[in-house]
Amino acid sequence: MYELLQQLLGDSILVYVIGAALPLLFILPYALVTVLLEMKVSAHMQDRVAYMYTGWHGVLQPVADIVKLLQKEDTIPGVADKTLFRLAPYLVFMGSYAGFAAIPFSSAYIGSDIDLGVFYIVAITSLAVIGILMAGWASNNKWSLFGAMRSAAQIVSYEIPTALSILVAVMITGSLNLQDVTHFQDGGFWNWVVFGGPLPLTQKLLLLPFTLVSFFILFIAGIAEVNRTPFDLPEAESELVQGYNTEYSGMKFAIFYLAEYANVFLVSAIVVSLYLGGWTSPFGEFMSGPIWGFFWFVAKGMFFVFMQIWIRWTLPRLRVDQLMYTSWKVLTPFLFVCIFAVGFILVV
Amino acid sequence: MTEVRQYFGNVWMAIYTAMVGMRRTFRHLFTPAVTIQYPDVKLKLPERARNRLYVNIDDCIGCDQCAMACPVDCITIETIKSTPDQDLGTTSTGQKKRLHVPKFDIDIAKCCYCGLCVYPCPTECIMMTDVYEFSEFDRKNLIYHYSRMTPEEIDVAKEKLKKAEEEAAAKKAAAAAAAKAAPPKQEGTSSQQPDSTKPS
Repeated sequence: MYELLQQLLGDSILVYVIGAALPLLFILPYALVTVLLEMKVSAHMQDRVAYMYTGWHGVLQPVADIVKLLQKEDTIPGVADKTLFRLAPYLVFMGSYAGFAAIPFSSAYIGSDIDLGVFYIVAITSLAVIGILMAGWASNNKWSLFGAMRSAAQIVSYEIPTALSILVAVMITGSLNLQDVTHFQDGGFWNWVVFGGPLPLTQKLLLLPFTLVSFFILFIAGIAEVNRTPFDLPEAESELVQGYNTEYSGMKFAIFYLAEYANVFLVSAIVVSLYLGGWTSPFGEFMSGPIWGFFWFVAKGMFFVFMQIWIRWTLPRLRVDQLMYTSWKVLTPFLFVCIFAVGFILVV
Repeated sequence: MTEVRQYFGNVWMAIYTAMVGMRRTFRHLFTPAVTIQYPDVKLKLPERARNRLYVNIDDCIGCDQCAMACPVDCITIETIKSTPDQDLGTTSTGQKKRLHVPKFDIDIAKCCYCGLCVYPCPTECIMMTDVYEFSEFDRKNLIYHYSRMTPEEIDVAKEKLKKAEEEAAAKKAAAAAAAKAAPPKQEGTSSQQPDSTKPS
C-alpha cells in the first residue's frame, strides 16, 4: 500500500498523511450508515418504522442530523473548565481513532504494520478513559462526574477480560500483529481461531470450546469497553441524564457520538481480526484478494456492529454491582480456565 | 457445592435469558410495524369521540343553556330580542327562533371537552366533532366566533329592538295614563299590552 502510494506520489510525508487519513475516510460514512442502522433496527425491533420523510425511508436523516448539529449553538457551561471541556471530545475520538492504526482492513492496507499491534490497540484505546474523565470533570456537573467515574471504573475492570481473551487468540496464532494473525487464519472459515485455527484436527476439537468461550467473552467485554447497553452505565439516561456528555452540544457532542460509533467498529474489528479471520474469505481462495478482503472485513465487522445494536435493544442496563460481578467473578475466571486449557493443549 | 451449582446456574441463566430476549427481538425485527404514518394516515376516531366543539348557528335559538352548563365558562352568548315584524325562521328541529345571536364565542383553549354543553341543547346545534388538529400560534385564534351576524346587522337588530321597546314603553305609559284616567274599566287591555312587546 505504502510502496504503491510512494511510487505514485513520490513524497513520503504525503504518503503517510494519506495512509493515516484512510481509516477516517471509512469511519465517517460508516458512522452515518450506523446511526441510521441503529435507528432503523431499534424501530423495527419495537414494531415501529423510524424515519420515513427524509429521503426514501429516511435514509438522509443522518445527514440532516449532522447539518443540524453543525448549526447548533456550541454552549459551554459558565463554571466549566473551558480548556479541558474543549479538549475532551477530541481526546476521546483520538483514542478510538488511534486504535484503527493497527487494524488490517485488507491484505494490502494496515495503518501501521507493527509487531505489537493488539497490545498497542489495548493500550491506546484506554486513552478514551482520560478523555471521558476529562469531559465529566470539566463539565462541573455532578451527573457528568458520576458518569465519568463509572466509565473509568468500568473500562479499567473490563480491560482485564479483554486483554485475557485477546491473549487466548494470541497464544494460538503466536503473534500480536493483527496482519500476521489474519494471515495465520487464511484459507476458509474452518481455519478461523474461533474454530481452533489451522491446527491438526484433534487439537482443533480440543481447543474449540475454549476458543468459543473466549470469543464470546471478548465480544461481551468489548461491548462493556465501549460503554454500550447493557453496559452503558456511564451514560445511563434514566439516572445520569447523559453521563459525561450531558453538557455538550453541537459538534462536540457529534464528535462524542462519532467516537462511540468508531469504538463500536473497533471492537468488532478486533473480534473479527482475532477470531473470525479478519479480511480472509470464508471460502478459502474463492472471492479473496485485497478488494474482496476489504469487503469481507467490513461485512464481518458490520455483522458485529449489528450484533451490538441487537443486544443494545434487547437487554436492559446492568446495575453497578452486577457489572463488577460479571467482570471479576465470571468473565475473568472463565478466561483463566481458557488460558490454562489452551496453553496446555498447545504445549502437549 | 450448592454455591458452585448456583454460580454456574446463574451464568447459564444469564446466557439463556439473553438468548430468549434476543430471539424475541429478532422475530420482531420482521413483524410489520403497528404504527401508522400519522399526518398521512389517520386512525378513525370512535363515533362518540369528544374533540373540537362545533355550533350549527342556523339552529341556535340563543337559549344560553350550553353556556350555563359549561363548567369552565368557555361559551359566551349574547342575544338580542327580535321584534314581532321580524321572522327569524325555524330550526331544523321545527322550533321557532325568537332571538338574534350576535355573539356566540367558544374559547376552545379553555374547553375541557366534557361534552356537558351538548346534552342541554334543545335543538342539538352544539356538538363534539372528531377534529383534533387545531393548534394555533396565537392564543386569540383559539376563540371561535360562530355568530354570522355582521356589525351592521347587529346594529339594525338593536335599533329595531330599541324602537320597539320605546314604542312599547310609550304604549305602556299611555295605557298607564289611560288606566289612571279610568282605573277599573280597562284592566284587561293593560294586562295584554306588555305581552305585545314581547317577541312572540
